[in-house]
Amino acid sequence: MSTKTIKVDYLARVEGEGAFSVKIRDNRVAEARLTIFEPPRFFEAFLRGRNYSEAPDITARICGICPVAYQMSAVHAMEQAFGVRVEGQLRALRRLLYCGEWIESHALHVYMLHAPDFLGYPDVMHMAQDHPEMVKRGLHMKKAGNALMAFLGGREIHPVNVRVGGFYRVPTRRAFEPLLEQLKWGREAAVETVRWVAQFSFPDFAPDYEFVALRHPEEYPLNEGRLVSNRGLDIPVDTYEEHFVEEHVSYSNALHSRLKERGAYFVGPLARYNLNFDRLSPLAQEAARAAGLGPACRNPFQSIIVRSVEILYAFDEAVRLIEQYEQPERPFVEMQPAAGIGCASTEAPRGILYHRYTLDDEGTIREARIIPPTSQNQKTIEDDLRQYVERHLDLDEERLTWQCEQVIRNYDPCISCATHFLKLQIERT
Amino acid sequence: MSRERKPTLAVWKFASCDGCQLSLLDCEDELLAIAGEIEIANFAEASRAVVQGPYDLSLVEGSITTPHDAKRIQQIRRASRYLVTIGACATAGGIQALRNFQHVEEFISIVYATPQYITTLSTSTPISAHVPVDFELRGCPINKHQLIEVISAYLNRRKPAISPQSVCMECKLRGTVCVMVAQGIPCLGPVTHAGCGAICPTYNRGCYGCYGPKETPNTRSLSKQWKQLAVSEQDLLRTYRTFNAYAEAFRKESEAHES
Repeated sequence: MSTKTIKVDYLARVEGEGAFSVKIRDNRVAEARLTIFEPPRFFEAFLRGRNYSEAPDITARICGICPVAYQMSAVHAMEQAFGVRVEGQLRALRRLLYCGEWIESHALHVYMLHAPDFLGYPDVMHMAQDHPEMVKRGLHMKKAGNALMAFLGGREIHPVNVRVGGFYRVPTRRAFEPLLEQLKWGREAAVETVRWVAQFSFPDFAPDYEFVALRHPEEYPLNEGRLVSNRGLDIPVDTYEEHFVEEHVSYSNALHSRLKERGAYFVGPLARYNLNFDRLSPLAQEAARAAGLGPACRNPFQSIIVRSVEILYAFDEAVRLIEQYEQPERPFVEMQPAAGIGCASTEAPRGILYHRYTLDDEGTIREARIIPPTSQNQKTIEDDLRQYVERHLDLDEERLTWQCEQVIRNYDPCISCATHFLKLQIERT
Repeated sequence: MSRERKPTLAVWKFASCDGCQLSLLDCEDELLAIAGEIEIANFAEASRAVVQGPYDLSLVEGSITTPHDAKRIQQIRRASRYLVTIGACATAGGIQALRNFQHVEEFISIVYATPQYITTLSTSTPISAHVPVDFELRGCPINKHQLIEVISAYLNRRKPAISPQSVCMECKLRGTVCVMVAQGIPCLGPVTHAGCGAICPTYNRGCYGCYGPKETPNTRSLSKQWKQLAVSEQDLLRTYRTFNAYAEAFRKESEAHES
């Protein structure tokens, strides 16, 4: 019996601390593990006793890459608990802020974390020596996303302007003008980006996934919608916990999420794209088609194209939202706290992010539950590792190891997010 | 620059959100220039290439929350000529230091973490509780321009020009009208370390202290002022117990509002 193990003890170019190992016995994969050793930070524990109004700022600190996603899921959950809907231009501004985060987060991944794999570089700094114009374009696109977040949110990491009910301050229409030019440039650069990444070579790999994403009657999903899948799931967000369960595996500091009926599923750009292609703007659809993608794409390596299409969509949508913007009379909707339960799911750059809060009549949080996208993808990532290695056992170890890393990076995993909800026993003496 | 070799930079992560090290990648206009002056030798979030230490400059993000990390920071200190902590987690224990308040006896006795554990320590502590730190950069998150200043000061062998003043000074410099005086909005600006550029008051909300306490803050006096604005003891407690809860001045003031 021959046994070998392909492993990386500290994954690079992912957000947070993780590792993987694949055990091969007699030319079969005996075990594939994504290990998350990022230390848990117990957000769900210390949210208890905090005021509802603190949740957007506190949960933002779960992730420096997608703080807006946490702020959005938190404010929507609170508003649902209090029976308030935030509509009109305030809703549009939230969508606009989220576009900024998608651009920033996706441009980071496409150019700085993912593209170096396809072109054979260890990082973007080395890639820049041979492809300076490409890297500069990526950095400028990322900067445009950050500029939108900083303008609307006050700063790009942990924005300060979001509150339950809306914003602390809303911009005038005129103040958007300089930003609009930058975003229009970004839209053009995104078209070029889709074209560029479509030329990369992709391994032939297209498992039969169950994709899960939000779906909205009119929009490509960001802040709201029903939860749907390509295998018939179609549920309102407040029944999420009836359909999904979390399991504790011994080797990971993050819980594994699965669909009760069918097991592993896939969230993120690829899932959104497959379930919502018809909701993309005409420009984004056209760019996807020109890149050789149809309305369905199951190859996770091609997620770099899909992510680029979503960057294009986010620029396009941001321009549209700004062009139709009129300053609302008040920056936020007033609300009275009330006892109850509120939940929400929004589309973080990496997929659906679910929050649920139980509140007392003063608006104090009694219980909190947060399920980030990366924990939902863990099982699927392990399945991919298993299948991919089994098909490529002939590759030399160094190459196979790099490709396994790439299999994981396809998901843009955010390990910092994934750990923060595990309830560990702390022993004291 | 006519150096024999480029100095090396390493970036390390402990319990944190990744946001402070992301600030380095957020230096879109400066990143390639920085990489031209300093060799990015160990930065897992950005590169799979690792150059062996020792390193000239180490940037440390995150707080110490596991026994493994308590050992790892010792190794990193030994491998680093100059060690800078970046952000509220690394300088004050971060939001995860709220666990430190779960038992009263603990927050008195813990300066250096020596607890028992299975998988995690009962406390979240700043890097300086474990090893000597050469410079601490504040903020949740840090300001990327200040990060560039710290790296640039290191390269030029000078002290970083980082103001230890309060956020109030930044409001005055920016021309922002005081939200507490003019609108009666409770604001932590008078006791909070400068560095963010006074963003919150400019966005019509009070400072919430994410840069931690300034030098010699008069928190007692500020709390009195807040009470005149009808802020409850419970809300004062919560206010001081956020992202820099374990920083000494905020920790002590919060204890004064425990019921």
